[in-house]
Amino acid sequence: MFHSETGVFKTSYAADMALFPLPVARWAIAGLAALFVGVVPLMFTPYLMTLLNLVLIAVVGAIGLGILTGYTGQISIGHGGFMSVGAYTAANLIVRLGLPFWLAIPAGGLMAALIGIVVGIPSLRIKGIYLAVATLASQFIIEWTINHVTWISGGIEASIQVPPPSVFGWKLQSPVQLYFFLLFFAVLAIVATLNLMRSRIGRAFIAIRDQDIAAEIIGIDIFRYKLYAFAISSFYAGVTGVLYTYYLGIANYEQFGIDVSINYLAMIIIGGLGSVLGAVLGAAFITILPEATRLFLTDFGGALFSPDTIRRLVPNLTLILFGGLIIFFLIVEPEGLNRLWRNIRNYFRFWPFSY
Amino acid sequence: MPDLPWRFILILSANGLLVGSMYALVALGFVLIYKATDAINFAQGEFVMFAGFLAAGASNLAGFPWWISALLALLGMVVFAFGLERVVLRPLLGRPVIAVVMATLGLGFVLRGTATLAFGGGTQTIPLPVGDEPFLLGPLILPPIELVGAAVSLGFLAAFGWFFLKSRIGVAMRAVASNQQVAMAMGINVRRYFALAWALAGVVSALGGVLWGAMLGVDNQLALVGLKVFPVMILGGLDSILGAVVGGLIVGVVESLSAGFLDPLVGGGTKDFIPYLLMIAVLMVRPEGIFGRRRIERV
Repeated sequence: MFHSETGVFKTSYAADMALFPLPVARWAIAGLAALFVGVVPLMFTPYLMTLLNLVLIAVVGAIGLGILTGYTGQISIGHGGFMSVGAYTAANLIVRLGLPFWLAIPAGGLMAALIGIVVGIPSLRIKGIYLAVATLASQFIIEWTINHVTWISGGIEASIQVPPPSVFGWKLQSPVQLYFFLLFFAVLAIVATLNLMRSRIGRAFIAIRDQDIAAEIIGIDIFRYKLYAFAISSFYAGVTGVLYTYYLGIANYEQFGIDVSINYLAMIIIGGLGSVLGAVLGAAFITILPEATRLFLTDFGGALFSPDTIRRLVPNLTLILFGGLIIFFLIVEPEGLNRLWRNIRNYFRFWPFSY
Repeated sequence: MPDLPWRFILILSANGLLVGSMYALVALGFVLIYKATDAINFAQGEFVMFAGFLAAGASNLAGFPWWISALLALLGMVVFAFGLERVVLRPLLGRPVIAVVMATLGLGFVLRGTATLAFGGGTQTIPLPVGDEPFLLGPLILPPIELVGAAVSLGFLAAFGWFFLKSRIGVAMRAVASNQQVAMAMGINVRRYFALAWALAGVVSALGGVLWGAMLGVDNQLALVGLKVFPVMILGGLDSILGAVVGGLIVGVVESLSAGFLDPLVGGGTKDFIPYLLMIAVLMVRPEGIFGRRRIERV
């Protein structure tokens, strides 16, 4: 039933922590599911499907980084490195041992988690800016290692070709087929993270973020939970790397450079730190932004500039917009797109009798 | 034990020291800002690049002689840094570390895009009146541009050292860095010194931009100098000027030696990552660096 509330009447923690706090949420989820499973694949052109696939991949990675940076408060500028660990692990397993995707994806994730734990070890002693720089270092060291150890990178140009994933003998190649494949993992990541954050582990993460010394005093083993956060977060990153490898059909370390790490940070900043919905919105926003800029300029810029100027303008304007938006959100709306959405929702929640 | 190629080591070390002192100059920009405002500037490399573009643009597009171009770059960077502090950094005061990190990273993107839009994507040169003839000193062969760069860098590092120790403004800046509340109580306008710290970082970046630009050529890649400076800072200590110098020299030498000895063994590129390995080691053993101040946290 659709009905409007007249106030917040939660009387138990269980009600407060519920995944669907409002009855209308179930309808909204059902509607979204129908939209993404039924309507979108029929309506979208292959180009739009490709773009949407990129968004889905980014959603997994952004949620993963959100667990570490948004929920646990540990900055990582090295997530691109973890993604490449996942990508190359899976690519090697697929090509050398012929593993199917349902083994290759967790394997990539686990390997990335392992590396993530190693990178996370310094987080016991250092935090804030020092940790940021340490993770940056891990990015460079991973990149260099993959590029120079031919046993990992497969020799020439450090790239490994990967066959498309096959489900029950079907090879998933077209954008629509890949879409359902990726949608499954994106939804899995969203649901898993929402539940993780309601659990003991998730609450410990949030306690560490809010006040690490106080968290230690109430009995949270900070070091262990920080390592959990690094492991879980890099697991997501590794899975993202494998998914992207499947999407491209090739594992290449250049796809996971320092700029990717920064892109994912930008996603969770613009989306809103410490929220799964924020990570999803941010992932969509940052992935679509360059394409939207390009389309807008080619469609409407013709009146002002010559095609040559536009070609020069697009990449630079995208950079400026990207950086400018990060700064804008940090100053004007630090809680990001998630906050904007909550403002809208809260306005309509008790509408028309809001108080 | 096999005979070490001492001559080779000497040449590599000398080159490393020269380049290292130029790293120290760029690292000084970080240290100034971190010391005074507790913010870390991830766009320092882009500052250097932007200053390089300003200088190259002034001499190539407008045809000014090199010293006017350098002055213009200096002036431009100071104005820019002042404005930046006012518009971007001041609203972020007191916010978590990640906010400042991301804001400066975002700023880096803006600067990169703007520079390429304004000055074009090609590599430009800054025509400093320095010859190409290598300078011979005993067994050493030293490129003159590196010598000039090192001399200017060390000169300015010494000048900044004096400035902080002796001048009234420098003492006030150290007071702000050491304890903001007490500094305020002593009648120091803390905000003004925050702005001043950014302006000084602008000056340092302008110098770095002209020197590095003259050495490597000015294009987007110049911003990568900024990435080299993290190991320098961590090694020396984030809040120590002397640390920036020593860290710069160590990183310069280590980098040069690894490029000379390890690159042939493993196929290149060690220059970019050995300093980071060194940095991780320092972080594990002594996170505050060689000369840094240990921070004690209270709830």
